[in-house]
Amino acid sequence: MNWIELHNNASAPLHDIPVLSYEKFCAYVAEFLNQNDSCHCVSYYAFPYNNGLKFIACIADDSDGIIYILSHEQPKSVTKLASLSKDIFELHIFEREIHENFGIDFIGHPWLKPVRYAHNRANLENEIKNYPFFKITGEALHQVGVGPIHAGVIEPGHFRFICNGENVLHLEIQLGYQHKGIERLFLEKSKLIQRAILAESIAGDTVVGHSLAFAHNMEQLLGLSESKQLAIIRSIALELERIAVHIGDLSAMCLDVAYQLGSSVFGSLRTPVINYFQWWCGNRFARTLIRPGYNPYPLEKELIERLKKMLDEFEIKFDEISKKTFTLPSVLSRFEKTGQVTAQQMKLIGAVGIPARITGIRRDIRTSHPSMYYTELKYQPVIMDSGDVYAHGRLKSHEISRSISYIRRLLGKLEELGKQQEPDRPNYPQLKLKKNYFSIDLVEGWRGEICHTAITDQDGNLMHYKVKDPSMHNWLGLALAVRNNEISDFPICNKSFDLSYCGHDL
Amino acid sequence: MFETFNILKRNGSQFIPDISSPTLPPIFRGRPIIEAKPCEENCRACEENCPTDAITRENQNVSLDLGKCVFCGDCQLLCPTDKIKFTNDYKIATNKRESLIVHEGENHSIVFDPDDVRNEIHSFFGQSLKLRQVSAGGDNADENELNACINVNFDMGRFGIDWVASPRHADGIVITGPITQNMAEPLQICYDAVPNPKIIILAGTHAISGGIFASSSALNRSFLDKYKIDLYVPGFPLHPLTFINGILNLIKAKSKS
Repeated sequence: MNWIELHNNASAPLHDIPVLSYEKFCAYVAEFLNQNDSCHCVSYYAFPYNNGLKFIACIADDSDGIIYILSHEQPKSVTKLASLSKDIFELHIFEREIHENFGIDFIGHPWLKPVRYAHNRANLENEIKNYPFFKITGEALHQVGVGPIHAGVIEPGHFRFICNGENVLHLEIQLGYQHKGIERLFLEKSKLIQRAILAESIAGDTVVGHSLAFAHNMEQLLGLSESKQLAIIRSIALELERIAVHIGDLSAMCLDVAYQLGSSVFGSLRTPVINYFQWWCGNRFARTLIRPGYNPYPLEKELIERLKKMLDEFEIKFDEISKKTFTLPSVLSRFEKTGQVTAQQMKLIGAVGIPARITGIRRDIRTSHPSMYYTELKYQPVIMDSGDVYAHGRLKSHEISRSISYIRRLLGKLEELGKQQEPDRPNYPQLKLKKNYFSIDLVEGWRGEICHTAITDQDGNLMHYKVKDPSMHNWLGLALAVRNNEISDFPICNKSFDLSYCGHDL
Repeated sequence: MFETFNILKRNGSQFIPDISSPTLPPIFRGRPIIEAKPCEENCRACEENCPTDAITRENQNVSLDLGKCVFCGDCQLLCPTDKIKFTNDYKIATNKRESLIVHEGENHSIVFDPDDVRNEIHSFFGQSLKLRQVSAGGDNADENELNACINVNFDMGRFGIDWVASPRHADGIVITGPITQNMAEPLQICYDAVPNPKIIILAGTHAISGGIFASSSALNRSFLDKYKIDLYVPGFPLHPLTFINGILNLIKAKSKS
């Protein structure tokens, strides 16, 4: 065998992953990704290992729920490699990251630019203020620079537009302002609780998504299991987070097209959902709700009733404003055909989550690589095909409705299960991670596919922790979406994608 | 049109009429109380398990720094003598860094010191305060909560407090996040562009102390050494009620001097 096959939320001894020569490694990766339409790369990275570098590629096959893990090792002296992105464009961002971190030159890479100006990058002379922007010159063209600090209360990032009159010819997105060295801190902070707090801080709007990916990795490496009850409760939390953020997005999208009523009502509807988290675990963003190995906040009868009541009241108001918004001609004329992307483009860049699903690509981890209770209770993804701002908004509103009904079904299962004996909180300081192990977990957060992988050394210490937020793939989707659109439509496109700056910058 | 009226009718009442009086659920973790009673012998569970070193125990005296706390509640959970208990008191913003430290045996609100507020703050901003938010490594939770401050539920705009796009139109900046190396320069440029007099607010635990990122080598917090901070708003993320009540304290304060 030249690779190992794992399911989602799984682990294997590190030495089980065969080490391939770079030529073979490339050949197999290319075979999976080029010849198999159902495969996409969920994570590809390098890390220091045995005085050299170890490369790991994780490729998910959506048709049978398998994740292929391939590896390659090389000494420090190798600094030039043939680029895979030349033929398989979706790998471009991963190769750029390896290039930035370790100074590997990928020969033939079409766009070998810095990703985030990490503090431990290979070349410290490259500074964020000297980013090499793409240039086109011509009398009819002008450039518009936006950021890093934006007009609204949002995270920093720089957008450089090249415009022909009012139309955007090209947009380049330069990030890195949010870089806090999270992956490095996962290794430096040795307490499990510290790492759990770090996982909650990867993207503060996706606390449940990232915490679940972290908890599953730790449970794999600690040999802890997830009870049926815990699986249900975690699935409920993930869907609630989806509702909370989607509804906030709809509010912001209405604001961007000056539909005040929609913005106010959607905005106010976010409050009962996140306030429910506050009743449940004491935090509006579900912090502390997910911890490895146990359930810190059992869903007691009173809480279940409160959730049902909240969803019932929410749904009436939501349906009403949703119907109004998506039939209002003034809103539709701004949403439809704005920021359109195609399935071909999204496949090319390896888009995940909503930007993939709005173009008809059936990419949803809950269905293709289910874990938690999605294994038992099947989830049908919402798919649209127009690829425009309208599809973003409509898909989010449909996903809200579907999540509500899915949560109701989960609650039914929870009540069916009755009161179960649940494990107590493990004594974290005494737990030891498995030695020389590799673990991986995928979670379909509200933005899309989150992938965390962990690797331990011979003493059971974390040797590498790799976080991939869906935004890693999708930022380029936004750059493609605004091409040939008026620059004034950029805010609504940006809000539809609603990508994470900190999830990307880490 | 009638649909629109129906929607207005169904949604049309002020959600929080008095911003200083709502009660949060008992499980919400706000200001902690550390009871004055003996610890178990040789027990350092709270101190050793605190993810951000917010707790110090000297002899028998335990204190907790809300500027470092990430409100995970583990100290409360792990204390064998139930000495530490988080209350749902959300009015924990203050203008003095040392007031964020809760000592053993104290049970009073976090102290806001009006005498330490510059005179011009009340006279210039008492009726109207426009703020520029700068996210410097924030994780988008604090930013989301700051946005929530102006939604129809919390409605900070009713007090004349609002966000503005340009620092030139602002009366001060609100910093979120631990201040990354890559944001250090943009933050300085933004602050310099705000006309005098101006205020600085640190919003959220990450901004106040760096939080879980405090030891990261990707940060550059030197900006904070240069200026006086006018308001500290703890939280992980901060609660909109903490933020709004904190700002109202600041702009309504009239110092005696």
